Amino acid sequence: MAGSGPGKALPVRRRRRHSQWRGLLYIAPAMALVIVFFVMPVLFTGWMSLHNWPLLGSPRWIGFNNYFRMANDARFASALRFTTYYTVIVTIAIFAVAFPLAIFVEKHRRFVGAYRTIIFLPVVVGLASASLLWVWLANVDSGFIGPALRALGLVEKSPNLLATFDSAFFTIIVMVVWKIAGFTMIILLTGLQAIPSELTEAARIDGAGPWQRFRYLTLPLMRRTIALALIISVTGSILAFDQFYIMTSGGPQNRMISVVYYIFNQSFVSFNLGYGAALSIALLAILVVISVMQLRLLRVGEDRP
Amino acid sequence: MILSKMNASMSLSRRRRERKAFRAESAYHATGLAIALFFLAPFAITLLASFRHGTEARLPPLPPWPVNGISLDSYRSLDTFGAGVWQHTFNSLLVSLATVALTVAVSVLAGYGFSRYRFPLKNVLFVLIIATLMIPFQSILTPLFIILARLGLNNSLFGLTLVYVTLQLPFSVFMMRNAFDAVPKEIEEAARIDGARDLKLLFRVLMPLVLPGIATVAIFAFLNAWNEFLAALVLLSSNEKYTLPVLMMAVRAGRLGAVNWGAVQAGVAVMTLPCLVVFLLLQRYYMRGLMAGAVK
Repeated sequence: MAGSGPGKALPVRRRRRHSQWRGLLYIAPAMALVIVFFVMPVLFTGWMSLHNWPLLGSPRWIGFNNYFRMANDARFASALRFTTYYTVIVTIAIFAVAFPLAIFVEKHRRFVGAYRTIIFLPVVVGLASASLLWVWLANVDSGFIGPALRALGLVEKSPNLLATFDSAFFTIIVMVVWKIAGFTMIILLTGLQAIPSELTEAARIDGAGPWQRFRYLTLPLMRRTIALALIISVTGSILAFDQFYIMTSGGPQNRMISVVYYIFNQSFVSFNLGYGAALSIALLAILVVISVMQLRLLRVGEDRP
Repeated sequence: MILSKMNASMSLSRRRRERKAFRAESAYHATGLAIALFFLAPFAITLLASFRHGTEARLPPLPPWPVNGISLDSYRSLDTFGAGVWQHTFNSLLVSLATVALTVAVSVLAGYGFSRYRFPLKNVLFVLIIATLMIPFQSILTPLFIILARLGLNNSLFGLTLVYVTLQLPFSVFMMRNAFDAVPKEIEEAARIDGARDLKLLFRVLMPLVLPGIATVAIFAFLNAWNEFLAALVLLSSNEKYTLPVLMMAVRAGRLGAVNWGAVQAGVAVMTLPCLVVFLLLQRYYMRGLMAGAVK
């Protein structure tokens, strides 16, 4: 066994080359799916965006006209504005709720596991189910929120929450916070728990108050976790669709059309598939830029923990 | 004398401290209960309200529980939409379970390949699979629609399943490669000496060892496929093929301008309960996946 002479080298090498192909065989199904249902569609989106592509009939090459059209499309601009507005507000709202929750469930007390589980429950149901649930809760006559406020005597008449932009927007923000805060809480919790307790103890002994400990110890040490939670929240919000489609059908005066909603409308309602593809490329570019920023941000976090 | 006095004052201060701790504890749990109520109430209200009589379905759920006895009216009226709630639940289950089975099969094979074999372009291909995470599938729906049509898979639950499996792959392949990486090579070598090779080695010896990883992959595949809305909305075009979330759009739209809220409540209950049950039963594996994804 120990004496591996020159005569034995050949079969070993052959077996290794053999096993090289075997490795490719194992990953072949995954690669086939990724190529057919991801790489090809991405390339195809680029190709389609250079055409006038109706649902029926033959596509016509129009060069960059779809992109010129996009630059002058006021409705796309307003979709972009609305999506940005939504992303900023919802991210702030999620963090404002999730951070205190994370601190609340970090302590080792009785029932803390139950609190964590309950807060996390809405995360595992679908956004479509959550939207449906809340559209009922927010209904003016048959729902829960308005009638309950009236029954408590807080308002005279049950408010129609989904009728005006501001109240509908607020309702959607509350729904999304209810649905997502548990997720962000768990991410932030992992960051909190990674802070060595000796450090907080030392700061406490040195006379740092709770706010000082949070501001000068917890926050800087959690930079990486916060960046991660932030990026997940931002990318998720930019892709928002279900809540606007289900809860307000685009909102009062079509003011709640997000970017994905606009792409959906162009591609599958108006059947401007080529223009929809060009819009998709724009969305894709925005997301890739954010992903690259994410990687850099996270690396910054690693350099200065 | 002095000693007993000291004892008394000590016990007094201890009692005071205990009382203070008790008060802090009570405040903590009062807050906890209020928070729990906010996160649980929407589920509880919907579930309870869905068992009210059909005549009450239009009324606000005050109180939320059925006052005039339990009834399945809401579920019956949900059944009058589309091809019936059983058919659509069956569609959703079929797509979700097929997604679980295919995702597990494909990602176990790929994870094993990436973990144990060396082959040309290995790292490039791995990064390619993970990189698809950066691209939102919402932006490639149009070509997916066309490619599926060319493959004869438009308006097909199988086509939708293949799309869902692909969406699960970056996370699943990553999870399974890590799971296989964590298995000591010695176990494999021992099994090899005993004559187990390749697929036999994979299924007989390694599978039981990566079972927790498989559970994680399976839960995420199930929940994501069960809950997905936009792709199903775009890729399914005939009524009887709809999954539950797409069916619910018809319920949400209502008939003759009137929405049957009882059917909405029943539909929400049917869509959310499986997720909650799966999560509560397999919480440990779900959280592992979340951490792996978060720490990544």
